[in-house]
Amino acid sequence: MNNLRKNRLKDQLFKYWGIFCTIIGLVLLVVFIGDILIDGLLRIDWEFITNLPSRKPEKSGIYTALMGSIWILFFTTIIAFPMGVAAGIYLEEYSKKNKLAGLLEINISNLAGVPSIIYGLLGLEVFVRIMNLGASVLAGSLTLSLLILPIVIVATREAIKAVPSSIKDASYALGASKWQTIWHQILPASGGGILTGVILALSRAVGETAPLIVVGALAYVPFAPENPMDEFSVLPIQIFNWISRPQHGFIENAAAAIIILLLITFIMNGIAVYFRNKWQKKWK
Amino acid sequence: MRKIKELIIEKSLLSSALVTIAVTIGIILVLSIEAFRFFSEVSIYDFFTDTQWTPLFTEKHFGILPLLSGTLLTSFIAIAFALPIGLSISIYLSEYAPKSFRKSVKPLLELLAAVPTVVYGFFALVVVTPFLQEIIPNLSGFNSLSAGIVMGIMIIPYISSLSEDALHAVPDSLREASYGMGSTKFQTAFKVIVPAASSGIIVSIILAISRAIGETMIVAIAAGQQPRLTFDPTVPIETITAYIVQVSLGDVQHGSLEYRTIFAAGITLFVFTFLLNTLSYRIRKKFQEKYE
Repeated sequence: MNNLRKNRLKDQLFKYWGIFCTIIGLVLLVVFIGDILIDGLLRIDWEFITNLPSRKPEKSGIYTALMGSIWILFFTTIIAFPMGVAAGIYLEEYSKKNKLAGLLEINISNLAGVPSIIYGLLGLEVFVRIMNLGASVLAGSLTLSLLILPIVIVATREAIKAVPSSIKDASYALGASKWQTIWHQILPASGGGILTGVILALSRAVGETAPLIVVGALAYVPFAPENPMDEFSVLPIQIFNWISRPQHGFIENAAAAIIILLLITFIMNGIAVYFRNKWQKKWK
Repeated sequence: MRKIKELIIEKSLLSSALVTIAVTIGIILVLSIEAFRFFSEVSIYDFFTDTQWTPLFTEKHFGILPLLSGTLLTSFIAIAFALPIGLSISIYLSEYAPKSFRKSVKPLLELLAAVPTVVYGFFALVVVTPFLQEIIPNLSGFNSLSAGIVMGIMIIPYISSLSEDALHAVPDSLREASYGMGSTKFQTAFKVIVPAASSGIIVSIILAISRAIGETMIVAIAAGQQPRLTFDPTVPIETITAYIVQVSLGDVQHGSLEYRTIFAAGITLFVFTFLLNTLSYRIRKKFQEKYE
């Protein structure tokens, strides 16, 4: 075999290996979702969603956990959304190239890489103990807000960066102030991109388990939270609790709850992708 | 009047940005203060040399090594599994695959990263471990092998997506020059494009390692709760993160030595990931300058 043919063969072999690896990734995703559907789909009915947790697997439901997740999601949104967008606007539009800007940048990039469980330790000490909020919805939401803050900031900056400078220049030429330009021109123009980032960040928050366990969220809560100071559980913690029990019935419950959790996560991701596509087209 | 309003707005936006600095300072303070109190009762020397970690037993040992070895073992398995597959995918998607295929596959693979980690834990314990037990009969019900492999599946998209971005960013002129010399795609990919994108690829690998070290739920569910200094992937172990979860689930009194152990374990974890993140940031900054 001469060199040329050897090289072509190598080329072909790698191509098939590449296809194989890509397909493995996708097949794993399918096997994985398929298996969970088989284990849990039949378990899902209206009662599963509206029942309180119970010692008997067949009577247990996810009501309190689902409500806890919704409460957490709501408060995380109203804390992290304005703060993250404001910080993103500052870094992209106001901040000058100085030491502070450099420090902020490296700091945010570093925060994005801090393991989520460390945020749990921060929340435990600062919100639960020092601010004395206890293991409440508010303490959990504050912890998750700090966790997703870097993601929201980065997404906001990317979205603002994508706005053509012609729009900004036109606004300044008409005599608008900096804030008027941001509020009336830049934010509406980058809204889709910001929204995409925020929804993706929130979909991450919905699936977070570890930091909330550290903050002290409970696996068993007899009632759904009624105000931000109530104790709470969330879907992922309920799932974790069911997985750690020996009876087979609870594994089925866990699979069913996973289906609901995945549904929420994938719908949020879908909405985000929809916004992204719609928004990308606008500038073309 | 307008000037004052503008100034107030600027300052309030700045304060939001400064929150991020406060978070970092908060993390460092909280971890250091509690860890300092921990080390006033336990000697640092024992912490790094004792080979047992039994703070919840009557006979207490505070050696971080077993937790550290558990963390490194699961992370190593995850990277060993994810690296070849992730890199192959990125090279295939960037250099071989048709554009339309790349466009539809990339978001699908990224979906793997959107799945909550507790779900991966379920997958490891209920699907992968029983499957591996058919092949390795003496595999324990909790083990680092299955947790590591599933963690690998989770981080494939981190490696494949970020590396693909780096490969894709290499200017086409390099590709064309290489094809013009008669190289195959394989030769071009490995001798020209991968070296040119190497810093981006290294960043993706470092981020994946940092992600694996900090991963919690998969190991808490599937790897066990038995800290032991071993590199045997078939037996139950415990990672730093899983230990923090174990203590948080139990009824540990605030201010007790047991309570402080999670901060001592936490600061060890934080130092590791902080070094990795800083390293990747440095490389990324250098890489950006190269193409600008």
